[in-house]
Amino acid sequence: MKLTLNALQSLTSVDRQADRVVPPSGFTARLTVFAAGAMAFLAVFALALSMATGRLADQWSAELARTATLRIVAPLDQRAAQTEAALSVLQTTAGVESARALSDEEQAELLAPWFGPEVSLEGLPVPRLIEIIETPDGIDAAGLRLRLSAEVPGAVLDDHSRWRAPLVKAASRLRLLGWIATGLIVATVAAMVTLAAQAALAANAQVIAVLRLVGATDRYIAQAFIRRFTLRALAGSAAGVVVGIVAVLLMPSGSGEMSGFLTGLRFQGLGWAVPFVIPPLTALVAFLATGTAARRTLENLS
Amino acid sequence: MHYAGYDVIELENVAYSYGGGELLSDVSVKLAPGSFHFLTGPSGAGKTTLLKLCYGALLPSAGTVRLLGSDVRTLERDDIAMMRRRIGVVHQDVQFLDHLPVSENIGLPLTVSGRGTAAENADLDELLAWVGLSARASGLPPELSGGERQRAALARAVIMSPDIVLADEPTGNVDWEMSQRLLHLLIELNRMGKTVLIATHDLSLIRAAKAQVQARVLRIANRRIQLAGADL
Repeated sequence: MKLTLNALQSLTSVDRQADRVVPPSGFTARLTVFAAGAMAFLAVFALALSMATGRLADQWSAELARTATLRIVAPLDQRAAQTEAALSVLQTTAGVESARALSDEEQAELLAPWFGPEVSLEGLPVPRLIEIIETPDGIDAAGLRLRLSAEVPGAVLDDHSRWRAPLVKAASRLRLLGWIATGLIVATVAAMVTLAAQAALAANAQVIAVLRLVGATDRYIAQAFIRRFTLRALAGSAAGVVVGIVAVLLMPSGSGEMSGFLTGLRFQGLGWAVPFVIPPLTALVAFLATGTAARRTLENLS
Repeated sequence: MHYAGYDVIELENVAYSYGGGELLSDVSVKLAPGSFHFLTGPSGAGKTTLLKLCYGALLPSAGTVRLLGSDVRTLERDDIAMMRRRIGVVHQDVQFLDHLPVSENIGLPLTVSGRGTAAENADLDELLAWVGLSARASGLPPELSGGERQRAALARAVIMSPDIVLADEPTGNVDWEMSQRLLHLLIELNRMGKTVLIATHDLSLIRAAKAQVQARVLRIANRRIQLAGADL
């Protein structure tokens, strides 16, 4: 614990001489900076994906939970009468905030992906759709179905629960996958930094021998490497986050009806602050990984 | 530095084994404060091993090694590192940090012990002049000759004003004139009160030293220490 605290303190102290005892090693330096930068860039996208799917899940859940659809499946000559009857029932049903029958144009628009834009619904046995907006308390679906079966025999109530649940579940899984991806990225950073630190320590065995000969403690030697790798990881990660955020900003954005999953792949509100957690987190991971690698290597070299 | 009744280095019935073979067996040596010793013997006899036992770089397989009064077995690695700040070591194959100037290499013990840097040390110029390296202070170690490297190593070994100076074949890679110069520096250190132990197979060096200083000669033979005879 004491070693960890001292090592943390050494990160903030400006001991240029201590930094200089470890020779600059180009390969491991570049590897650490590049790995931290690339992983931070990917982490920004993983977080954006996770947060976008999270919003989508919440949005679907909220929107679909408060809506229901009533289909009037009746012969053409009875459809208008049954629609009116259904609307009357709905007006007196607790939990219904509003209900309205979709117009022919709206229904034609819904069918356009299958029948094309010019299709006329006249003469087609297409059910009439009634959109129901529920109050926050919601409707008693079972009770409403009973009333409708008695008063509007051609009415079929769809409270969306059948397909809302899998959609929300899928979105939640995507959100989870985003966080798992972020976790894997952090683990990969730890592995890369550990490998780079071990390579640097092995390549500097003679330096370590000299430092020990002149009375350097393992703590001093470890801190020189820890500081170097932590600061490299921090710098690489910060650059990766900046590039990642710029890339997210350059993603096409949509609004209103044009807004979809891919166009919503960006941060919102306080979510923009989340990527800035990545550099200190990467530095912490590098700090712990280098510390572990240094302790193991110094023990093996003794 | 005054020592209350203990020898600065004490080996008691020490054995050291490596790779299944015993390199040293039942070795007992005591170095009193301010004494001057040579350690001699044929190549491969174990001089370097014994020297490494004397600064905690190796731990004995059996027996007890006491450095400055402390049993090395009871010390943590960092404790031994701290103790090394009081023991200056010069190796035959001198190692430096090749990316740092000579002056910073000499000041390295100050740096690692948190006692400032070579640049901040007022005695550094004097030390560089003492070993004749003032003109080489800003150069890099690979630019130094064998003799200059040995003198730089000696300066690095004594910059912390250690109680003990251990030198392993310090004249192995230098000519006669330079070996005499190095010997003179070591004798000067001894006159300042430092305990000096030099491992060497160069009998002429030992004879030259004995003409100037009261030195005890220890010989390693058959894995054991013997006091050298009158031929030295």
